[in-house]
Amino acid sequence: MLTTGLNEDQLAIVETTLDFAQEHLAPQADAWDQQKHFPVDVLRKAAELGLGGVYVGEDWGGSGLTRSDGVLVFEALAVGCPTIAGYLSIHNMVAWMIDRFGDDIQRARWLPGLCSTDTLGSYCLTEPGAGSDAAALRTRAERDGDHYVLTGVKQFISGAGVSDVYIVMARTGDDGARGISAFVVQSDDAGLSFGPNEKKMGWNAQPTRQVILDGVRVPADRRLGAEGDGFRIAMKGLNGGRLGIAACSLGGAQSALDRSRAYLTDREAFGAPLIESSALQFRLADMATELAAARALVRQAAAALDREDPQAPHLCAMAKRFATDTGFSVADDALQLHGGYGYLSEYGIEKIVRDLRVHQILEGSNEIMRLIVARGLIGAGR
Amino acid sequence: MKIVVCVKYVPDATGDRKFADDLTVDRDDVDGLLSELDEYAVEQALRIAEEADETEVTALTVGPEDAKDALRKALSMGADKAIHVEDDGLHGTDVIGTSLVLAKAIAKAGYDLVISGMASTDGAMGVVPALLAERLGVPQATLLSEVGVEGGLVTGRRDGDAASERLEARLPAVVSVTDQSGEARYPSFKGIMAAKKKPVETWDLSDLDIEAGSVGLEHAWTAVDSAADRPARTAGTVVTDEGEGGRQLAAFLAGQKFI
Repeated sequence: MLTTGLNEDQLAIVETTLDFAQEHLAPQADAWDQQKHFPVDVLRKAAELGLGGVYVGEDWGGSGLTRSDGVLVFEALAVGCPTIAGYLSIHNMVAWMIDRFGDDIQRARWLPGLCSTDTLGSYCLTEPGAGSDAAALRTRAERDGDHYVLTGVKQFISGAGVSDVYIVMARTGDDGARGISAFVVQSDDAGLSFGPNEKKMGWNAQPTRQVILDGVRVPADRRLGAEGDGFRIAMKGLNGGRLGIAACSLGGAQSALDRSRAYLTDREAFGAPLIESSALQFRLADMATELAAARALVRQAAAALDREDPQAPHLCAMAKRFATDTGFSVADDALQLHGGYGYLSEYGIEKIVRDLRVHQILEGSNEIMRLIVARGLIGAGR
Repeated sequence: MKIVVCVKYVPDATGDRKFADDLTVDRDDVDGLLSELDEYAVEQALRIAEEADETEVTALTVGPEDAKDALRKALSMGADKAIHVEDDGLHGTDVIGTSLVLAKAIAKAGYDLVISGMASTDGAMGVVPALLAERLGVPQATLLSEVGVEGGLVTGRRDGDAASERLEARLPAVVSVTDQSGEARYPSFKGIMAAKKKPVETWDLSDLDIEAGSVGLEHAWTAVDSAADRPARTAGTVVTDEGEGGRQLAAFLAGQKFI
């Protein structure tokens, strides 16, 4: 259960987020998916709860929650809509990176807007020719006096075209991870443009576009951290981002499981409600068990990240791999339990399946998660 | 200015609500929450406080230990402090007794304005605000869909079927607000975390100088003789439109005395 083992504050946080998700996300989720509508007004509303800056310090308008709290928030949100929850997870990754790696001037400049969601954030690492091998990225940032000039293309960028603040990883030095720096690019910067909204299988309620940087000239105070720190900053951001996406898979799958139980209770076949079939009960039991195991791992990884455990990146990778695989298979089982109705859009199950499928790919594909886990096992040098 | 918001902890309407052997609501088997209609009262108190200087909002409830949850919700929405009147002698108290306890607690806490919801979502009596005003000896302006405070006056609009009335009353006063008064805010995460640091006072009947004989099930002015489960829903009447559908619908409604 989503609420098992939580303290009083966490219970209140989960209940509030669930209320919000049920009132403001769930009723519209299918329509947003079909109309490819990005509900910016609802994101503004979400900021009233503190969803714009979940991990950002209170001094800058954030909620100052831990990762252990955050995974509860994103799971609860995703019960209403995994896509909007997933976008907010990315937005929060961006806000956290500025809070964690920016200076006070940068925090004051971007965090209040991100926390109120008056400005939205996007994370730009992947390129058309550099996905899993992110350290091979080719976008360049050439130093020119007090400025940098950024040129390159970023691929699969969530929120692109609507977002106001883009954290862009670009090469300032030699090949490899140490030659990369992180920059904040703003939507009104000259030379910034966007590709068309990609047609995709799921996650339709938020735009995915290329971000095209054609000689975007930014002052040096747009750089986050030191020159050459960009890859490290990007990876630190992803540790938390992976937990967010893992939590979104839990919430989507929980919703699919709950709907399956309700459907099997109502639906009659061969003279009895389907729920009385032990074969189907066992299927539900397995779904619930696997989801509980995934949830336990996500919470363990979140606690590790909170106490800055050296194993945290490996646990985050394990949690992301396991929870997104489990979430997809539970949603797929739910579709099967719904029979032909599960395949119809009207029941909302096929949307969850489509949405959760991409969680196995983004924020580092699950193959990369295995690579990170394996490196933790056998040593990074091999 | 001191605002006291009266809030009630009620059984979750989506839960399986039952009566106990003494025909009071069985609170053990159903989750409770802050009455949805009282959220509007908390919201209006917070909005008034945001507009005015030096305003303190106190959430007040009378109820069993679990009723703390309702106070916590009000505190996480933004109320400054809370008072919980809890006493075994209160079990089964009706609106007459409840209004006595509330009035004593409000007087003890000190107030310029008392705000309550239009009714509870469980008992649905809707008379507590009027009873409170009578007991406190102050003006009442009930069922407001708009409310504000200025220059020592509370003003508001009461919407009726045929007309809207503007009301004003000199403070101190008691008002109740409807579900049309403005959407209640969600508690923010920050508010939730801050709530546990806010003061919650717990008073019993002796703190309020109320004799046990004036409240409780035995001394309620009304008594529940019996309670029965709501009958199961039966299949409705289906009117198939074969050219006469409109007439048949109208005839059905007229037969049920709806029109």
